[in-house]
Amino acid sequence: MALTRREKKERRINILSNIYAFLVYAVLYIPVAVMIAFSFNNQRYNYYWNGFTTQWYGKLFSNSALINSLWYSIIIAILSTIISVIIGTIGALGLKKYEFKGKKVINNMLYIPIIVPEIVLAVALLIIFMKVGLSLGMGSILIGHCTFCIPYAVVTIKGRISGDNDTLEEASMDLGANRIQTFLRVTLPTIFPGVMSAAFLSFTLSFDDVVMSNMLAGARQSTLPVLILSMNKSGITPDVNALTTIMVLVIVTAMILNNIIQRSLKKKKGKI
Amino acid sequence: MNNPIITLEGVEKRFGNNLVVKNMNLEIAEGEFLTMLGPSGCGKTTTLRMIAGFEEASAGIIKVEGERVENKEPFERNVNTVFQNYALFPHMTVFNNIAYGLTIKKVPKAEINERVTEMLKMVQMEPYAKRKPDELSGGQKQRVAIARALVNRPKVLLLDEPLGALDLKLRKQMQIELKRLQKKLGITFIYVTHDQEEALTMSDRIAIMHDGILEQLGSPTEIYEHPKTKFVAGFIGESNIFDGKVTAVDGNLLTVETEAGSLQVCGEGFAVGEEMHVSIRPEYLEASTSPVAGFSLDGKIKDFIYQGSVVKTTIDLVNGQEVKYSRFEQDQTVSEGQKVYVYWKPEKAVAIKKNEQGAV
Amino acid sequence: MSMTDQAAMPKKKNLLPKLAMAGPVSLWMILFVTIPLFYIIVISFMSRGVFGDVVYKPTLESYQTILDPTYFQVILKSLKAAGVTTLLCILIGYPFAYIIARKPKDVAAKMITLLMIPFWTNSLMRLNAWLLLFQTSGPVNNFLMNTGLVSKPISFIYTDSLVMVGLITNMLPFAVLPLYSTIEKLERSLLEASADLGANARTTFMKITLPITFPGIFSAIILVFIPSLGIYTVTDMLGGGKVLYIGNIIKNQFGSIRNWPLGAALSVLLILVTMLLIFIYTRFAKIEDMEVV
Repeated sequence: MALTRREKKERRINILSNIYAFLVYAVLYIPVAVMIAFSFNNQRYNYYWNGFTTQWYGKLFSNSALINSLWYSIIIAILSTIISVIIGTIGALGLKKYEFKGKKVINNMLYIPIIVPEIVLAVALLIIFMKVGLSLGMGSILIGHCTFCIPYAVVTIKGRISGDNDTLEEASMDLGANRIQTFLRVTLPTIFPGVMSAAFLSFTLSFDDVVMSNMLAGARQSTLPVLILSMNKSGITPDVNALTTIMVLVIVTAMILNNIIQRSLKKKKGKI
Repeated sequence: MNNPIITLEGVEKRFGNNLVVKNMNLEIAEGEFLTMLGPSGCGKTTTLRMIAGFEEASAGIIKVEGERVENKEPFERNVNTVFQNYALFPHMTVFNNIAYGLTIKKVPKAEINERVTEMLKMVQMEPYAKRKPDELSGGQKQRVAIARALVNRPKVLLLDEPLGALDLKLRKQMQIELKRLQKKLGITFIYVTHDQEEALTMSDRIAIMHDGILEQLGSPTEIYEHPKTKFVAGFIGESNIFDGKVTAVDGNLLTVETEAGSLQVCGEGFAVGEEMHVSIRPEYLEASTSPVAGFSLDGKIKDFIYQGSVVKTTIDLVNGQEVKYSRFEQDQTVSEGQKVYVYWKPEKAVAIKKNEQGAV
Repeated sequence: MSMTDQAAMPKKKNLLPKLAMAGPVSLWMILFVTIPLFYIIVISFMSRGVFGDVVYKPTLESYQTILDPTYFQVILKSLKAAGVTTLLCILIGYPFAYIIARKPKDVAAKMITLLMIPFWTNSLMRLNAWLLLFQTSGPVNNFLMNTGLVSKPISFIYTDSLVMVGLITNMLPFAVLPLYSTIEKLERSLLEASADLGANARTTFMKITLPITFPGIFSAIILVFIPSLGIYTVTDMLGGGKVLYIGNIIKNQFGSIRNWPLGAALSVLLILVTMLLIFIYTRFAKIEDMEVV
């Protein structure tokens, strides 16, 4: 089939842009691939490649420092997610719905933790905690994580509250539901996708956080990222690679499952 | 009025410095179909929202069945609303949408089932009970919204431009259905619209609002035939309106001097020298090739506009004012550019007091 | 209570839900953002005690120290690194975002997900991977030696260049996401109108596409430049203690070195840079429209 000059040109541009996109992805995925590859390295410190082994996937569970920090990170991430999503959901609705003095200030203030370098907020919290005598530990880390998770949650959920929301709430109250019934039966279900993204985001941010966890941690227990940072000087051992490889698998599987569920829900709708 | 179901006394609504509803006084009888009609921003929807309880009145008294409700929450008032964009809960099926109010009131399951099914039947939506709102057409959503409100057996149903999002044909059909439903159930309807045809078709009484003021309250015929203000005359149907001054009074026949010339109109209670307005519908306006006694409105035929059922003829008067008259067929006695003399039967025109407002 | 009594009650009913909903988030922001940031500004003007404690005696000493060549060099170096990172992220990210935005919706969504997956992988381990790849006996050096391109291993690691690679790969999505969302919103009809009026592709890009997507570009600048300026994990992981940026210096003042006023003063510097960029941004766009997630 003969192509016109224009079609040829378009096709060429298309091929070039696909190559470009592929290269960018390659650069982003190289570190992930290398990280996974070295989880199979048969060598104690990953200084060089010494043949294939799967031993680290078994041995990592006996590395108690690693496993303890993993649980610590998971617990902190879950708690930060719960706190941030509750405050964030209620806050997003309140900020969208009501007018009050200082609302604009609060709205702008939300962007500070998102934009300002995390180290600044971390040391600011540190000196305040020192000043009021709060001992460092899980509590201080939680406050730190929530301080950046809440703004992300508010922004995410606020973006999902549509203009219809007010009318739906009015309709609910018109039909006899009080404010709490309305919130539980109408508002929450309609913004639920936003709440879920906020939860996912909060969990990831908290779980991967280094700076807050490092500055605000007590002496006893550190989170997984902080442990990795401290291991860096002596060399990160392959069992850590194995652990993070498992984590990648879990996340990707969860995403694919989520995708399948979403799609089947949509299909079901389409049939009717 | 004996035992009005809704009473508004001196109701006002202020947003910041903006007074959007001014000193509203209105009584609505049980079983009445009352339409609040006006251009957008006239305060009709705000008034409705104050009755529903979504907005607090800045001043005045609102009574439902003689009980003051200004400080009651929407869920404490025995009125229900059909919203402009239906406001169906997107995450619930049609059945659950309709059942919502009853579920909240903890009505027994069996009764809910019975009442919702009855409603579904009434609005002919039985086959769609299990669907979600986004799987319905506009007209179907509309029926569900009405059923969802009516299942609660409210004393008053508030409808905020409920047909605004539907196409013309469906809108006409729904107008008739709604009116029938209202008659059958005997529920008071307060209906907000900016569509005058809709108002004229459906209402027992129409309240015309403009700039937050109730301009005129009356039956469709009264409103159409006897507009009490210049705004109402211009807003309802098409009118040729003249501003002038009374120069002679002979019984109820007034002679009025306007910029375009002098004319005659029937009206009571006007005095010589008084400024006033005269409104004449295009179907009553006439044009003659020779002068007519009592009138000195001359002009030139500008053009003919074919509008399907009627042909409108436009005339440029000497002062530049444009007037129109309509006939079922094109007026063959005149042609474009021809000089004509405009007149009408004085009893067909309406004399309107200047600055007449809030006729109620 | 009779009806008339209720009607006469003051109309306070809207205050409680308002307080309950907007209250917690506002309180949190005031307690844990406003007050700490204000306090750090105060500390930056205080003196350092003999044992590294804060002495509440006002002084400009910390700010003078910042201007001291040793520290000032670090600041300049950080600004330069953050600047180069930002520039490269936008140069790489803009065409990338453009390509994604021009794909059909479902393909674009998949491409964005594909972009995000690496970022749900532990960021430190991704940085560590660059180290593994480029270390003395790592795959890259092995390859170069085996092919005879070099006779002895090149020391890539613990250099400014490797830190830069780490910064760019870590920051790229924060540039791509805001760029993508503005380019995606750009209506095709505008480009067609421009072409229809006689502009070639280049002119259309310069006169239409670029100006309209500028808010996205500036969001990308903010979201890449400011975090890069304060980051210390990348330098820690890939700089091996040899490469220091402002973030490292601040961290050290609150750790081993214990000079809080100096750390506070450097933090204030970062706050000022942030404020400046945000201020510029608000001149032409609303902060709420910034795509941060």
